Amino acid sequence: MFATLAYDLSHMTGAMVLLAGFAVLYQRRLLGVLRAFACQAVAVAVAAAWQAYSQEAPHLYVTAAIALLLKGIAAPVALDRIVRRLDIHRTVETAVGIGATMLAGVGLVVLAVLLVLPVTISSAALTRETLAVALSVVLIGFLIMITRRNAITQVVGFMSLENGLVLAAVGVKGMPLVVEMSVAFSLLIAFILFGIFFFRIRELFDTLDLQSIESFRGERR
Amino acid sequence: MNALPLILGFPLAAAVALAFVSDHRIGARVNAGASLATFTVSLLLLVLETPEPTQIAFIDDFNIYLVVLTSFVAFTAAWFSAGYIAHEIETGRLTPAHLRFYHAMYQVLSFAMLLALTANNIGVMWAAVELATLTTVVMVSLYRTRPSLEAAWKYFILGSVGIALALFGTILVYLAAQKAMGPGMEALTWSSLFAEAPNFEPELLNVAFVFLLIGYGTKAGLVPLHAWLPDAHAEGPTPISAVLSGLLLNVALYAIVRFKMLLAANGDALAPGPLLIAMGLSSLFVAGLMLYRRRDIKRLFAYSSIEHMGVITVAFGMGGPLANFAGLLHMALHSLTKSAIFYTIGLASQARGTQQVEQIRGLTASHPALGWSLVAGTAAISGLPPFGLFMSEFLLVSSTFPRAPVLGVLLLIGLLTAFGGLMLRLHGIAFGEAERDRRPLVGSLIPVYAHLLLILIAGVFLPGPLVSWFQSIAEVLG
Amino acid sequence: MIQAAITSIGLQLLHFMVALASAPLLVGSTRFAKSRLQGRRGASPIQPYRDLLRLMRKETVLAHDASWIFRITPYLVFALMAAAAGMVPMFALDLPLASIGDLIAIVALLATARFFQALAGLDIGTAFGGMGASRDALIGSLAEPAVLMVAFAVALVAGTTALPAIVRFVLSGGVGVEVSLALALIALVIVAIAENGRIPVDNPATHLELTMVHEAMVLEYSGRDLALIEAAQMLKLLVFVSLIASLFAPWGLAVAADGFDFAELLGGMAVFVLHLLAAALLIAVFEVSVAKMRVFRVVEFLGAAFILAVLAVVFRFVTDVS
Repeated sequence: MFATLAYDLSHMTGAMVLLAGFAVLYQRRLLGVLRAFACQAVAVAVAAAWQAYSQEAPHLYVTAAIALLLKGIAAPVALDRIVRRLDIHRTVETAVGIGATMLAGVGLVVLAVLLVLPVTISSAALTRETLAVALSVVLIGFLIMITRRNAITQVVGFMSLENGLVLAAVGVKGMPLVVEMSVAFSLLIAFILFGIFFFRIRELFDTLDLQSIESFRGERR
Repeated sequence: MNALPLILGFPLAAAVALAFVSDHRIGARVNAGASLATFTVSLLLLVLETPEPTQIAFIDDFNIYLVVLTSFVAFTAAWFSAGYIAHEIETGRLTPAHLRFYHAMYQVLSFAMLLALTANNIGVMWAAVELATLTTVVMVSLYRTRPSLEAAWKYFILGSVGIALALFGTILVYLAAQKAMGPGMEALTWSSLFAEAPNFEPELLNVAFVFLLIGYGTKAGLVPLHAWLPDAHAEGPTPISAVLSGLLLNVALYAIVRFKMLLAANGDALAPGPLLIAMGLSSLFVAGLMLYRRRDIKRLFAYSSIEHMGVITVAFGMGGPLANFAGLLHMALHSLTKSAIFYTIGLASQARGTQQVEQIRGLTASHPALGWSLVAGTAAISGLPPFGLFMSEFLLVSSTFPRAPVLGVLLLIGLLTAFGGLMLRLHGIAFGEAERDRRPLVGSLIPVYAHLLLILIAGVFLPGPLVSWFQSIAEVLG
Repeated sequence: MIQAAITSIGLQLLHFMVALASAPLLVGSTRFAKSRLQGRRGASPIQPYRDLLRLMRKETVLAHDASWIFRITPYLVFALMAAAAGMVPMFALDLPLASIGDLIAIVALLATARFFQALAGLDIGTAFGGMGASRDALIGSLAEPAVLMVAFAVALVAGTTALPAIVRFVLSGGVGVEVSLALALIALVIVAIAENGRIPVDNPATHLELTMVHEAMVLEYSGRDLALIEAAQMLKLLVFVSLIASLFAPWGLAVAADGFDFAELLGGMAVFVLHLLAAALLIAVFEVSVAKMRVFRVVEFLGAAFILAVLAVVFRFVTDVS
């Protein structure tokens, strides 16, 4: 009974994280994106806490706490303030339409499932699933970073990508160094927030576009 | 006696100390001195017996070679940086407060790189690469101009994505090892991973390798994951460009090669060679073609770094004693040559007050020593004899031809393309009518001479012990 | 044998009566709850009965250009809705009609009704009718794939498309915390909102020219025809509410395989009333708290439902490996 409960609950938290990823993709307003992301972070925290309980690995509670405090509360609040203060236009600029990105997201989920399930045949069912969901979350984080042209949404995309990693790390039983890794990532995130806040990176660049710098460097006539 | 605590301890202690040094002249001296000390103790690794792997450190010939190389170039770059940075203070581009930060970060960066090279734990290695990324991001944004911030941001985002994917790959490696090794720290430890590799689950290992290749490949600047590299090189301070090109890319390649060895040790996993060769060749071609249209001198050589990373990746992808030997040699010589080139163009662009190729014209006429050093460095980097890179490229191509003629031809075409691009630009930079200097040229050329001398020696005569040592490393790499 | 047939026919008749009787009540209590939430006194919950009666007594006015399609549509739509309502369990399982049509048949019935309604909207040739019809067609073309996907997901989980069997499966408790079902539920709720023209897709309470969808389509109807159309619309809401309730919260429904067990039926009735009240309250709360979205946004809204349904299917496969 307990085994199925453990399974079902991790299944559900994983689905919540993934769903929140889609919610981020679905949002049209920057503040909505932040709220959806906060939901995702809270879901990750719940997932980590549940794994800590069911695997009897108390150190994972630290990971859960970091996810909750830093990504569920601090980062969204900070980004919210930045958005309001810089008065960045509240609408998300999209490189590809929202409907199309959501469809692409579904495609990525299918891809992740098709990739992970065959190679993990000998692993525990729970691990396989968590890994499939986690990879989907990672890929959707990518999708957010690629299709939303704005520094804030890129950061949100990166953080949700990282949520997927946390999900994967806590889902693999007995993985050492998970806490250290989440601390290292927190450092990265704190750094990003710091960068945005101090350098007032406003609307900005499409990360994959070399144009702005090349034109500055006189490499484009 | 184990030299490792000292090798890691010196940079760390120096970083803490430098955070409290407010005078930039003293800071620069401490920086160079600490780097020299690190280099000196790293030489002990060559002399002393190789220590047994511990929980923390894993030392074999492969990383001894890289540690020595890294600490040497870090030392000359710190030396060069002292003069370079003083000039930047005079022109007012940087303030002493910036420099305090810069020097401390420089030592943190060398600590991170050395830790990544020597760690016996793939998680720790990952964290060290992340730390190195973070410090270089800070350095790239040092000038606080809009383009430098943009470059830092782009580097940061792409680097973070790479780091994240590498972590996913690391988790998958752990999962692949779990069946054979059970849960716990052992399954993240290099020394035990290599021992148990044949029993891993091959499918998982394959997927893991793809993620690791993309993740660390981003950090190594392999095409198509290279977008951050030229900008980061062009916008950061030149000593950092030298360290980035000469060292950090090597560290990322080191990680890839280690994981490749893991795959090679598992009989059922896919052969990692073709993947590496494909990425390496695409880097070679894309970067080689990009060389033709560069107008910014630092971006020009940044693309050349991508090209050479491609060559090294192809070499390790080919595998076998000869190609690995060529790859190792190329790695070392590229580090030395590229950092020497960055030193010269750093001085040149300071004197001319610009990084535009057109305005650096006629360097041999106005500054013969500097100009001819740049000519020598560029000749070396484009693979002309008598410099060492000719040797390593020749070895690679000649060892490729009998095994895969098509690949050999492609490699040759790629190398010639890059050669042409560099020669075309070199002509504009070094010769012709001299542009007027905006500021006097200051700074020492000794590090440049030292590097050029080393690559010249390597091209003319490789000492026997060195050759046999490299051969033994090449054997290990499989 | 005959006894059983009579009982089941009796059950079906009772079901129809209950459905017809409770549909206006559902709409009325929704409006009532909503107005209370908005701080108005609001009309009494039984106002829709009065409205329907009043419309029934009024004269029907037909436009000059109205063809036979326009005239038969109200009857047809009402009949189709009633048929759909006859198949969905409300207070008891194992309706005789339910064995004729499964989940997909219900979707098809609704789609046919929508088709005729849109035709009637176009038939009259006025601007509003055409606009309403085209918007309704847009919503329908997006909602139907989503609802089919939901049916697919539910069928995959339960292993059948027959409603009573699905409900039995859910009742058997073998589902646990089934993520696929939860996703399908959300998707179905979104589709229900869109299909019934509720906020945020359409506003049933206004005749604002620029935004109305369903109301624009039926603008030309009057008298008895309008009463039928309205009743059909109420039935549609009831169908969706009881579909969602019976699929995802079927506990307490009368499992009347054979024989009238009055206690069980009464229990089922009580649960049904509870479902209706809960639905009325939830709809009211939801409609008060969100704003109507632009028509273009509806595409994304329904797209989300479709994607949720697809995810439900995907998750079904992920779970399968255990």
